[in-house]
Amino acid sequence: MSKKKSGALAALATAMSSGDVETVDLTHTLDSDFPVIVLPPEFGQCAPFRAEVVSRYDERGPGWYWQNISMCEHTGTHFDAPIHWISGKDLPNASVDAIPAGAFVRPVCVIDCSKECAENEDFLLTPEFIQAWEKEHGQIPAGDWVLLRSDWSKRSGAAYLNMREDGAHSPGPSADAVKFLVEERDILGFGTETVGTDAGQAAHLSPPYPAHHLFHGAGKYGLQCLRNLDQLPPTGAILVCPPLKIKNGSGSPLRVLALVERGIA
Amino acid sequence: MTELLQRPPKKDPQKRTVLPTSPPSARSRKAIAFSTAAAEGRLALQICAECDHVIYPARELCPKCWSMDLQWQDIPDGGELITETTLRTSANTYFRERMPWRIGTVRLDAGPMVLAHIHGDVGEYERVTMIARTDKSGQGVLMALPEKETANMADDKQLRALTCDPRHRRVLVTDGRTQLGQCTVNALANAGASKIFVGIARAWRPYDGSAELAAVSGVEIMPLDITDTISVNELAAEIGGKTDILINTAEHVRPGSAMQRHGILTARDEMETNYFGLMRLIQAFGPGMRGRGADGDNSACAWVNLLSVYALSNWSVFGTTTASQAAAYSLSQCLRGEFAGSGVKVVNVLFGPLEDSWRQPLPPPKVTPKRLADAIVHALRQGIENVTLGPVAEDIVRRFRDDPFVLERELMQAQQGQAV
Repeated sequence: MSKKKSGALAALATAMSSGDVETVDLTHTLDSDFPVIVLPPEFGQCAPFRAEVVSRYDERGPGWYWQNISMCEHTGTHFDAPIHWISGKDLPNASVDAIPAGAFVRPVCVIDCSKECAENEDFLLTPEFIQAWEKEHGQIPAGDWVLLRSDWSKRSGAAYLNMREDGAHSPGPSADAVKFLVEERDILGFGTETVGTDAGQAAHLSPPYPAHHLFHGAGKYGLQCLRNLDQLPPTGAILVCPPLKIKNGSGSPLRVLALVERGIA
Repeated sequence: MTELLQRPPKKDPQKRTVLPTSPPSARSRKAIAFSTAAAEGRLALQICAECDHVIYPARELCPKCWSMDLQWQDIPDGGELITETTLRTSANTYFRERMPWRIGTVRLDAGPMVLAHIHGDVGEYERVTMIARTDKSGQGVLMALPEKETANMADDKQLRALTCDPRHRRVLVTDGRTQLGQCTVNALANAGASKIFVGIARAWRPYDGSAELAAVSGVEIMPLDITDTISVNELAAEIGGKTDILINTAEHVRPGSAMQRHGILTARDEMETNYFGLMRLIQAFGPGMRGRGADGDNSACAWVNLLSVYALSNWSVFGTTTASQAAAYSLSQCLRGEFAGSGVKVVNVLFGPLEDSWRQPLPPPKVTPKRLADAIVHALRQGIENVTLGPVAEDIVRRFRDDPFVLERELMQAQQGQAV
């Protein structure tokens, strides 16, 4: 095989070695105390991350350290496959093991709603807000990832889920925004910093949980519990998000990275 | 009157911790029933079924009529102190370390003359109230108390060796999110616990009563999730060396039998809290407490497990929860064996259905969280190891004593819609 020194990847390699292209980690640490989504107690629950030491240079294994880990497919920074929701259950290639690998390395648009979310914890992203963003940054290309930047990942403890007696309060997309991104823009998937792709009060929208219902029903993917979105440019970054290849998996915890060109963030 | 016990001073970090030693523990097989009753706070002696002679100490046959039909029965607790002496030396290490020590002879109203520990406020020839309790060796002993309550009576050194009084002690309550946990904290504060560490899992989830809980005197809220080994170990690393009493209030209860369950996840959650949670606590806190069983006036003294009475025999309405509680009960017995000789008592409270959301549709009588909390503190103050609480629990335990296999069949028939 000949060594090709020109071409797109060679240019990328050069840019990465020179530092012109940087890697940003969009992932939370898998920590047993990181919040998971909370459903009414009579439903099945999302298991938090747990680690049990198999051995740690001790009588269980004198020279080595390793752990058995357990968690839900939707714990920590994680990927949602279309099969996660009932609306996507009969789609082809809808589980994490069947999704074409190209979906895991794609350009990403980042819609900054951090100011609005700071003012209104129940902020809903609307088609008008997206169109206003597009006026500045150009139309969202088909096949791109779209991330909602809320700066929610900077919250910690009880303020993250923001759970009250009437449920969680956190931002997300309106049903109309989801329809717009699916029907008018044909995006690849949608990601958030909150515990789910939907708003905290999304059970009361129509349809309930529109991001889950409509995105997954259209074969789109989801990412949630992201962080460091404030380090991404509105357009021009490449998202790298391969989930674990779990047979018939509905999702997966994963490491999410973004390739960012220095100087455009 | 007894001298008021003052709050123990801070420990001298240059001194080695005094290791637990035991009073004599040898007993005959016949005498085990005396210790078993004492662990429940009952004073029971053998009574001859043929001639009604009350027998002490325990024997194989009646010394009066030679009958072998001897029945253990609770006897009246009154008596009179006949002679008393104060020991100032002993060949036994445990007593040597605790001299002087009062012992004496008491004539029980029930008949026998018995050798007993004597409370400091009891005078010669006075009427006394007898208690049977387990001592630091885990065996039943008798102690003569003043017939009428005296000032600071519970602070008597010899009595405090038999009890697990929370006063001046530091207590860990493993789950403060529930009403049960919060009632327990209040009862401990009222009993004079010097510090109450309260475990809160998933602090990112709000819970009822959190503000009131944090305001209770002596309370320190600690992150603790007993389903998470890392969390349990981190807390033990912080407070394991000053946890004198551990009360495990965490439980995971869900209605449903094995075939009513869809998959094993609920059963696994039950095991994670009720069985593995206890296991994690034992591994993290057990060794430290076992080593501190003689560590001064605020020594480690008690480990409290709260168990559904159906741990004794499965009730399929809560079938898989019950199975996990049976596992926890079995593990508590293992813990008793491991704590033997340490001076730390394992207190098991078997309770009937609790008044809480997961048992809400069950009919009364139910045990309120406050009643359970009060029963815990009462058991600690009294030094009682086995508590049965509530009419349902009392009924189940009575039938369990009669015949566990009959009880199993009765509970099975209850599931089939027949009255128990």
